[in-house]
Amino acid sequence: MLQIRVMDELLRLLKENALESPRNLAKMLNQSEDAVKARIADYERTGVIRGYQAVVNEDKLDIDRVSAVIEVKITPEREGGYDELANRIGRFPEVDSIYLMSGGFDLLIFVKGRNLKEVAFFVSDKLATIEGVVSTVTHFMLKTYKDSGVLMEAEKERERLGVTP
Amino acid sequence: MKSPIARHLIGVPRSGIRDFFEIVSARKGVISLGIGEPDFVTPWHISEAALFALERGATAYTSNLGILELREEVARYMERFYKVSYDPKTEILITVGVSEALDLAIRALIEPGDEVLYHEPCYVSYAPVVTFAHGKAVAVSTRREDDFRLTRAALEAKVSPRTKVLLLNFPTNPTGAVLPRKDCEEIAAFAIEHDLVVLTDEIYAELTYAGGHVSIASLPGMKERTIFLNGFSKTWAMTGWRIGFACAPPELTEAMMKIHQYTIMCAPTLGQKAAIEALRHGEADAEHMRKDYEKRRNYICASLEEMGIPCHLPKGAFYAFPYIGHFGLSSKDFALNLLDQENVACVPGTAFGSSGEGFIRCAYAANMPNIKEAMSRMARFVGKLRK
Ligand SMILES: Cc1ncc(COP(=O)(O)O)c(C=O)c1O
Repeated sequence: MLQIRVMDELLRLLKENALESPRNLAKMLNQSEDAVKARIADYERTGVIRGYQAVVNEDKLDIDRVSAVIEVKITPEREGGYDELANRIGRFPEVDSIYLMSGGFDLLIFVKGRNLKEVAFFVSDKLATIEGVVSTVTHFMLKTYKDSGVLMEAEKERERLGVTP
Repeated sequence: MKSPIARHLIGVPRSGIRDFFEIVSARKGVISLGIGEPDFVTPWHISEAALFALERGATAYTSNLGILELREEVARYMERFYKVSYDPKTEILITVGVSEALDLAIRALIEPGDEVLYHEPCYVSYAPVVTFAHGKAVAVSTRREDDFRLTRAALEAKVSPRTKVLLLNFPTNPTGAVLPRKDCEEIAAFAIEHDLVVLTDEIYAELTYAGGHVSIASLPGMKERTIFLNGFSKTWAMTGWRIGFACAPPELTEAMMKIHQYTIMCAPTLGQKAAIEALRHGEADAEHMRKDYEKRRNYICASLEEMGIPCHLPKGAFYAFPYIGHFGLSSKDFALNLLDQENVACVPGTAFGSSGEGFIRCAYAANMPNIKEAMSRMARFVGKLRK
């Protein structure tokens, strides 16, 4: 396992903009382009970087889509503990993200579907029936304000003078 | 009627920045590398603290010296970052930015004909402020060949029996030069030998990329002859809040306070509240912004070098000061043509004194997309110049 104690500057730049070219990254970091490419390849190979995605404001799109957050209580399995069950749930394509939580429930699951019915069906027929799932509480999302560190509403141009001392 | 304007004021030229600003303002779609302020907005927790204070009715005057809580925070910050101790009750004055603190210090010290040594190219206000106080501003040029470092030899050449104040600004606007410990010690010895008061504007101290900023106030025997100036504008992206401070021994602080009390009364109350939050919980913000500026600096210098414009890697502040003299244009014409042909604004080096001829100032406080676009436009411009 690649040990990275603090997130390095290259990762920070890629998290901000994964489309940044290796050439520009190299310039910003004062390194050679080859070194940057090799490092990115390393991150990909070792699974530090697991993918690249666009941050999309789905509220802007005229599509049928609902998102829900589900609190799930489970009884951990004899072997595998929480992990086995969480991975089994995570394999459903409807599931966007899944976290193990402290507090009143165990797993927090983010789910997407075309409509309410589809999500409801997923919860009642797929999720709730998995052995080990004790109970579920489903919250539907109404509007997204911020996602992955990005405010969904583009901020207006700030007023600044053109030239200052 | 003959002009009613005071004669010593007429002699002061309009700021070269203002001239340029007017030309830039008249155009659309300009990408500006001419802005000497952070592109960041004030960190939200700082603005939020001010909103909270406003809700609780923080709308009255404060003590002339500034809110004691803030002075106490400044004292802790001075101890922590600059390694100098100041008594918050008698040695710290909260001002309307470094701008006011600079004016106070000069007016508190200068009698007609007294000389102030300052290094050039430099921030636009220094010489005029001295002139307004009927003093004589004496420039010491720094050179690209020395990375714009200030040397004792250069100072010795300009010092006179009338010299009373040595004005320093490291890291420097517009050159990004810093004052390494050894130079700092030499300059301190120079000040002691000639019995000068040192006025040090360290507004960019937190933007020292390799770390290790040394304040001249922290050297032995210097605190008693130094007025230290700093503020919140650059470190915490708070230019519009207008808060700065001066630290100096009680006698000097009291003298500045006398002017401040009768002319300003107190620095803005809400700004002071915001400043308290910045000092208490803002260490990470400063660090975060510094890291961002560093990448922008690297990018801009690498791009300039690629187009064949020599640019030393500035060690501090957020300005690149590349040499463009070899294109056969004056700084002003280079900047005007660049604006005219490619809509990119940089400030001609001469706005920072005559020794800025041959240079332009490119601020990398601009955001990354703008810097990238500006650099690609500039590369095109330079390509045409070469033909
Ligand atoms: C060197 C220097 N000193 C002082 C100032 C003014 O700062 P303030 O906003 O604190 O008045 C600036 C702003 O550009 C500066 O560059």
